Formats: sequence, C-alpha cells, structure tokens
Amino acid sequence: MSERNERGERPDPDALLRRVQEEEARAHQGKLKVFFGFAPGVGKTYRMLQVARDLVIDQRVEVVVGLVETHRRPETAAMVLGLELLPRRQVTYRGRVLEELDLDAALSRRPKVLLVDELAHTNAPGSRHAKRWQDVLELLDAGIDVLTTVNVQHVESLNDVVAQITGVRVRETIPDKILDRADGIEVVDIAPEELLQRLAEGKVYLPDQAQRAADHFFQRGNLLALRELALRRTAQHVDEDVQAYRERHGVSVTWPAGERLLVCVGPAPSSGRLIRAAARMAAGLRCPWVAAYVEAAPLGRQGDEDRARLEAHLRLAESLGGAVTRLSAGRVSESLLGYARRNNVTRLIIGKPTHSRVRDRLRGSLLDEVVRGSGDIDVHVISGDAGGAREGGKPRGAGAPIAFAPYGWALAAVAVATAVATAIRSVLAVPELDGLYLVAVIVVAMRLGRGPSILTAALGVAAYDFFFVAPRFTFAVADGRYFLTFAMMFGVGFVVSELTTRLRRQEQDALAREERTAALYALSRDLGRVEVPSDVAAAVVRHAAEVFEAAVFVLRADDAGALQQLGAAPRGAILEAKEMGVARWCHDHGRMAGLGTDTLPGSRAMCMPLGIGASRLGVLALAPKAKAPLRVEQRALLEVFCRQAAFAFERARLAEEARASALRAKTEEMRSSLLSAVSHDLRTPLAGITGAATALRDDGNLGEGTRRELLESVCDEAERLERLLANLLDMTRLEAGGLSLKRDWVPLEEVIGSALTRLEARLGERQVEISIPAELPLMWVDPVLFGQIFVNLFENAAKYTPPESPIVVKVREEGGVVSVEVMDRGPGLPRGAEQRVFEKFFRGAHVGVSGVGLGLPICRGIAEAHGGTMQAEQREGGGAMFRVTVPLGGEAPQMPPEPPEPPEARKSEGGA
Amino acid sequence: MSEPGALVLVVEDEPQMRKFIRASLTSHGYRIVEAERAGEVVALTTSHNPDLILLDLGLPDGDGLEITRQVREWSRIPILVISARGREDDKVAALDAGADDYLTKPFGVNELLARMRVALRHAQQTQQGGVGGAGGATTAVIEIGKLRVDLARREVRVGGEEVHLTPIEYKLLTLMAQHAGKVLTHRQILQEVWGPGYAAQTHYVRVHMAELRKKIEADPARPRLLVTEPGVGYRLRDRGPGE
Repeated sequence: MSERNERGERPDPDALLRRVQEEEARAHQGKLKVFFGFAPGVGKTYRMLQVARDLVIDQRVEVVVGLVETHRRPETAAMVLGLELLPRRQVTYRGRVLEELDLDAALSRRPKVLLVDELAHTNAPGSRHAKRWQDVLELLDAGIDVLTTVNVQHVESLNDVVAQITGVRVRETIPDKILDRADGIEVVDIAPEELLQRLAEGKVYLPDQAQRAADHFFQRGNLLALRELALRRTAQHVDEDVQAYRERHGVSVTWPAGERLLVCVGPAPSSGRLIRAAARMAAGLRCPWVAAYVEAAPLGRQGDEDRARLEAHLRLAESLGGAVTRLSAGRVSESLLGYARRNNVTRLIIGKPTHSRVRDRLRGSLLDEVVRGSGDIDVHVISGDAGGAREGGKPRGAGAPIAFAPYGWALAAVAVATAVATAIRSVLAVPELDGLYLVAVIVVAMRLGRGPSILTAALGVAAYDFFFVAPRFTFAVADGRYFLTFAMMFGVGFVVSELTTRLRRQEQDALAREERTAALYALSRDLGRVEVPSDVAAAVVRHAAEVFEAAVFVLRADDAGALQQLGAAPRGAILEAKEMGVARWCHDHGRMAGLGTDTLPGSRAMCMPLGIGASRLGVLALAPKAKAPLRVEQRALLEVFCRQAAFAFERARLAEEARASALRAKTEEMRSSLLSAVSHDLRTPLAGITGAATALRDDGNLGEGTRRELLESVCDEAERLERLLANLLDMTRLEAGGLSLKRDWVPLEEVIGSALTRLEARLGERQVEISIPAELPLMWVDPVLFGQIFVNLFENAAKYTPPESPIVVKVREEGGVVSVEVMDRGPGLPRGAEQRVFEKFFRGAHVGVSGVGLGLPICRGIAEAHGGTMQAEQREGGGAMFRVTVPLGGEAPQMPPEPPEPPEARKSEGGA
Repeated sequence: MSEPGALVLVVEDEPQMRKFIRASLTSHGYRIVEAERAGEVVALTTSHNPDLILLDLGLPDGDGLEITRQVREWSRIPILVISARGREDDKVAALDAGADDYLTKPFGVNELLARMRVALRHAQQTQQGGVGGAGGATTAVIEIGKLRVDLARREVRVGGEEVHLTPIEYKLLTLMAQHAGKVLTHRQILQEVWGPGYAAQTHYVRVHMAELRKKIEADPARPRLLVTEPGVGYRLRDRGPGE
C-alpha cells in the first residue's frame, strides 16, 4: 500500500535524472517545429512561410530558407520573396540534375532559424545522409532551429494504417522519434471539402506519375480518416508534453505500471505490420518494447531474401525505438516465453497464423503453445503470419538452393538395402525384410535430413513392395498389413529426421553462440592484460578483424579532439581520407555512420563511436572484406566490442592518471625531504666558503701557508657545492619522469673509461682492475646517463675507502643481460642497509665525509630507466659490492667490414 | 705560454663571471672587449676584429648557436662556447655549427686558459697553413707524450715502438692528432673519416675509438690520451699524462 503511494506520488528518480540530462543536452540544440498536415495541398508550406515571415518582421529573427518547394504556386512563391535563400546543392544522378538541401552550406551559414520543406524526402544517392530528416537532426545538433513540414502518411508507425485506408503505400517515411523530439507540432488543417475544391482548381501540386494514385487517394472518406489520424497523432504528442510537464513538476499522476512489450517477428513480410503495431501500442502505453526473433534455423541456411527481409524488420524495429533481440532454442514458444519471463514482459504480440489447421495438428501450434504457456502475460494476436513461428524454419526462401547430392545418396541407400535384402533372401527364406529399409531410412534421416529420408521411405516402400511383397514385381499389395509397415516406415523416417534436424540446429546454434562468447572472452581477457592505449587498440583491432573478417581501425581522439589512428589490422593499413571523414562525423555526432547505416552509406567502412556515457573517446572503423553491411547480430556483437574497448581505453586513461598523481605525490614528498636535507647540506659548504673568503679579505695578518689553505678550502667547498647541485638536478629530472634517454650503441669499456677519466683527479693513482669480456656486444644505452652510474660509484669508492685499496670492476653477460659489479675494500655498507642505501637522503654514519645521499638513488633511477636493476651487497672478504644489471637492448648493428688496406698504408710496416 | 696582446671578445651576461674572466685574462696579458648581449657580437667582431670569442650559450637575448653560424659565414675566428652541465646538446650543436671548443660551467682559470691556448694555436696554424683545409696543420710529425705520429711516413709509434693501425684507425688518429687538444664531435669525426652520409652511425666512431685506444693507450680501460667527452665527442689531449 505504502509502496504504491510512493510510486504514485513521487516521480521515478531515474526518470527525472534522465529528463534533466536530456534537457541539458537539448539546451545546446536547436528547436524543431513541424507543420503537420493530413494530405498534400493543405497548405503546410504556406503556413511555414507565414510563420517565418512573422519571425523576420515582428521579432527580427534571422531566418534562412534552406529549401522550400513552391511548386510554382504564385501565392507560395510570393511568401518566399524577401527571405534569404540558401543556394541548393545540385546533384547529377543518372543524367538528371536533382536539387538538394546544401547541408554544409547551412551549417556554415548558421542562421538562427532554417526552413526545410518536406521532412520525409529521400536525398539523392551520394548525399551525406540517406534521408532529409537526418540532415535536420544534424542541423538541430549544431544548434540551428528548424521549421519543417510533413504529412501524416509519412509517419513510420502509421505507414501501414495509411496504406490500409488509402491503398497507397508511401515509401518515404520518417521515424516517430523525430516527431516525438519536435518542440512544437502545428497541425495545418482544412476541411476535406475545401481540399477537394482546391484540388479541382488545380492548386494542389502533384507529380505527373502520381496522378493515378492521387485519384484514389483524394477521396472524401480517405481524407476524413487521414485527418483523424493526423489529429490523433498530434494529440498524442500533446499528451506526451503534458506527461513530461507533470513529471517535471512532480504532479501526481497514475504512473504507467511497468509494462513491457515483446513482439515476435520473423522474415515474413507481414512482420513489418506487427512491428508497427507494437510500436504504436508501446507508444500508447509509454513503455519499452522488444522485437524478438527466434533463430529456428541457423541463418546460414536461410534464403538470402528471407535474411534481407528479416534484417530490414529488425532495423525497422530499431528505428521505431524498440530493442532487438535474437533468441535461439529448439522450441520457439519456450524460448519466447522464457525470455519474456526473464525480462518482465507484460504483453506479447504475435501474428495470427495463416497456415492450415493441419499443420498445427502435425507440428503443434506456436500460438497455442504461447497462449497456454503465457500465464500472466497478455498475448495479443494480430493479423499476419506469426513471423518467428516458423518452427522448423523451412528454408524455402526464393533462391535457397536445393542440394541434390543427398537425394542421390537416398537413392543409393534404397538400392543397397534392396541388394542386401535380395542377397539374404537368396540364402535364407526370411519372410520380413522391411527392417532393412527401416534401417536405411533411419541412417538417411540421421545423416541427410528430412527430405532425403522421406524420399528413402517412399522409395523403400516402393522397392519393398515391388521386389519382396507378393505379388512380386508389381506395385500391387495383396496383404493389407503391409500398409501398416509402409506407414511405419514413413513415420519413423519423419520422426528421426525431425529429431536429428532439431539436434543439429541446436548444435549449430550452440556453436555460433560459443564462438561469439569465445570471441568476447578472448577480447576481454586480452584487454584485461593491457594498460597502454596503443596496446588496447592493438588487441581490439586484432580480435575484431578476426571475428568480423574485416579491416579494422581504432581512431582515438586526442586532447584537441582530432582523431588519430591508434591501431589497425591488417598491420600498417591506413584508413582512407573518405572513410576518415565518416569516422569524423561518427565521432562528432556520437552515432554510427558509414556502410550499412543511414549516414554516408556509400562508405566502405562502418564507424562506431567509442565512448562511455557522454565522453567520446574515439571511433572504431570496420571495413568488411565482403564489402557487405554487417548483419544485425554481428552489429550487436560489434557494439559489445566497442563498449569493451571503450572501457579498456577509459581504464588505461585512469591508470595513466593514477600513475601521474602517484608521481606528483612522490615528487611532493621528495620536495619536502629535499628541503630539510638540502638546507643543511647546502649551508655547510657555503659556510666554509664564506668563512675562508672573509678571513682572506679582512685579516691582513695571515701567513702565506694559511692563505693557501683557506684558498684551497674555498675551491674544495665550491666543488662540493657543484657536485651537490648536479646530483640534485639529476635526481629531480629522474623523479619528474622527464628524463628522455638518448640511447646509442656504445661499447661498455668506453662508458666506464670515460667515468674514470672524469674522476682522474679524485682517483689519483688508485688501482682500478677492470675485466670486460672481449666479445661483449655494444649496449643500447644513454652513454652520458649510464656513465653517470659509474661516476657516482667510483666517486663513492674514492670518498669512503682508503686510497690504497683497489676498486674492482667485473662485467658479465648472460642471456642478453649485462651485469657490472663494482667492488671495493672499504668499510662496507652499514649493516642491514643494503636496501636503504638506495633511498634518497639516506646516509651511512661516516665521519668527516660529506654527501647528501643522492648518488646511489640516482644510480638506481638511471638503471631502472634503462630497464635494469641496481643492488648493493656486502662484499665477501670485506667492502661493498654494487651490481648494475641492464639488458643489452637488442641486436647490435653490424659494423661494415673495413676496406682492405691500400698498398701505401703498409709503408709503416715496412719502416719498422 | 700565453699569447700576449691577443684580443678576446667576452660575451657574458653575468657580471660576476665577467669580472672573473676579465681579472684572469688581463693578468695573463690578454686584451679584452666585453659584451653583455648576443646582439652586439657581430658588430663588435667586425669593428674590433678580435683573435678569439668567448661566448656564453645561455644569453638572455639570443641564441648562441645562431651567432656562431653568423660569425662563421665570414670569419674563422676561434669561438669558445660556455654552457652549463646537462646541456650537452647545445654544445654539440654549437660545435657542429663551427665553434672550436667548449667549457662547462663552473670552470677553473687553468682550464679556461688551456682551451684558449689550443684554440689560438690552431687558428694560427690554419692561417699559416693557408689552404683552409679542415685541419690545416702541416706539421709532419705530431708528438704527444709517448705518442708520435709521423704524417709523412704514415708511421705511428708509442714509446718508440711501432704500432700497426688499420686505415680507419690511422685516419682517426691523424684527424684527432691534427686537432690535438680540441674536442671533435661524433658528427665531425664521421664526416671527416667516413664521409658525408654517415652522420647517424655514431657507433662506428665508438667501436674504432675503442680499438685505437687498445693500441695507443697504456691502460685502454682508463684512457688518458684519447678521452671521451660524454655526450659530445672525443678529445686527444695535447699533453701526455704527467706532462
């Protein structure tokens, strides 16, 4: 009770949120006003122009005529006078020049209000969009208000109702959603009599070829019915506005109970009517609806025409705002009802069967099963074939080829059975040999399906009768009980084949499903492993190319919004400029475009936006090798792919952000410890310099020896300060991650040698033992930075170990990894501090030795930047040991062979 | 062995640095012209015709590299560039643009004077040699410590002992010897020894240098003669160890 009250009094928060989001989105969009008429000639265009003139004259609004058909009617033409006209786009199609709305010109002209006549118009081939209403949507997205006209017979959901009334089917339709989206609908209404009068006066424009249809169309009865339809449709729109208003203002209303519609569709042409009926009913109930197709037979075996029709139906359902689902199972009724229950469907719409009652008796009636099994689900039966009810999925679509080979095998099976029977009979006097034929029927039914099994049964019966039933070698039957045998053979053949067919179908279904699931699983597994956007793109294109048999491209929007190709399969493929344009459109509008869609269908590729919610991350472009549009279920799979890809990209971005913020935090932490450590370490040498310098300046009584000493200390302290600053600088650069390695192929001996040269003065005559394997290849490292490791290590050794103790450098290479050990015979590392020596500002308890504790952290930072590691250990026998390990970095380039020595170069030898 | 009377154009914006350079150079008998801004360099060079330019690459108003190029368009005056550590690329660019050598801040007075001496000596040799070749040194025998290169006889001796070099090693060594005391960038060495079109193959130089060191250095692992200038190039010291 209380629950119901709440439900009745408070709007659903989700619905409110949705509305707020919609309104926000709409705030930047243009407004759409539709002038709605019930027939040509009611004066929609005239009324639209009137409104436009009022806007210009009364409100000084900038109005541009994008496209208006005056049809040479003087009063309409007069209305256009004085309004700014946008030049039309001329398209030559099959030798005729067609004039279309110039969408790009309109977008760049960007008026406040644009007039676009005839919303339902189909654009000339080669235009960006197939339909004018799509042009209008793009204009609205760009923030341009649009005034347009449309007649009731062009509304998709009313299309077949109009056809029923008038007997004329209109091909150009607009989806209902665009009417629903209209901010205002103005009905342009005149009395049918008046319209007929105008028609008689020749004031209604009609194309010549439509004259005959028009005679039928313009009848008073028709016009009355159409007028009612138009008014009703408008009323529905008004009702929605009222509803929206109430929701917005929390006005208590009876909320539609959670209705949900399911319509069962199939390839039969009448399914279209079912879909429209469902859409209308759903609109009336204001509830979501789903069009379900039960894959009774695997698609591969259906006729192309059937498949095309089915695809068209599913697309129609999508365009009318329904969801589309494919179910597959053995029994249609079970899977339909199962789906309905799982998804809380309240009403099920199904077509009225058109086939004979006998078929129902034989195979069971889908309608019957559904009605019986429906429980609390309402079932609506609407005239038309129960589309999805084609249980058994008779693949009799035109063009479905019949394979003759299985029938040949059936013939052979009967021949074999006959031969065997004859053979047995010649040896044994077995009276009943019909079992052999039964075996043949069963084998054929299991292997080759129903048709051949029936043929086998028939032929078997005939052969048995002919060869073995008295009177033999005639088709006459003496004994009545053989009829029972014949019937049994037919029956068994039929049942077995039916069972096998169903089994095989389920198997194929399961296989197809498994493939889809496996593809998705493989994708998500790979995506789970990658973190870098380029790896994400690589995984997505690889899997998509495999699953959809297409060239696939992932384009990612950079910070400026420009699309950059991030991955492609096959590798190295480049998306052509034209397809790039499609991708651009797709990204800008967040909608599918290209092959198989209504936008830019001439493209070779289909583009799907990658995005989560409102964020647009990029585009996935897919150019099928077969150059045919994707099937609906493939498209659904692709959508899942795109969602996965979008999430992976998002995750990669978040990971990047997390890394960046961790780095920031670390840098921050370092900055603070730096301040405390550095304030001490910078002051010490500065104090020394200041002290010595002031003594030299102010104290005139210093002896020559003292003066020299003080000067030495100034130089030493300055040098120390310089080293400290250099270390700080290196560390900061390493920490900031702004260190870019300038790698080159370098011999390790040069790196170590140059470090020793740099420290020549400090090392003095200290013994340095270096062993480098002669065959050590070149290393791919940054020579300056990598050398810095050794400068720091040797410097430490010079600082902390006695001058007479040797430094040993040992280099080894194993499996592409080089390890360099630098060992000394000093006091060794502070006990237990083997790890801590690499922490910043860590300093051992050395007496009288200065340092900040940055040298080793820098070493480790550089080693890690090269993909290597750095360790410290106590050296056996006393002292410290530091080990740097880095990968060689790949195959070193070949050195060109030195040219043979020219003869004169040998002179030096001769001179010896 | 200073060059008494030689005129040095000091281009440096830091007053303290200028003070230090002025004090050191004048006490060694050089005459100096000072400039604070890059914009003055070309004018001062034409008007004073200095013997050497000491150019700080970090001037506030200009690109030292561009100035080096401008001066090189019409003059072979030796140019020494001064730059901070960690700006190796700037140094290489300046050297490739025609600067003779570089100094890394902070530097001592001895280092400054030594570099200037080498640069002035090479400039003199080039002038005497006349025929503006890259090296230009016509000395037949170059002796550095225990190393002796006899250009006329194509003979190399270390401590009196003859050393056998491959043609490329010989070319490398003579190139370095002709520019003894001066730094040569990888690009310059590649250009001279291997010819144009090899500028990116720096590993050629590194590998052959390593081989050369094995033949002429007392301890090749700890070179004292043919030293690496990290990130820049190589220098053959013009004084042997212990000299």
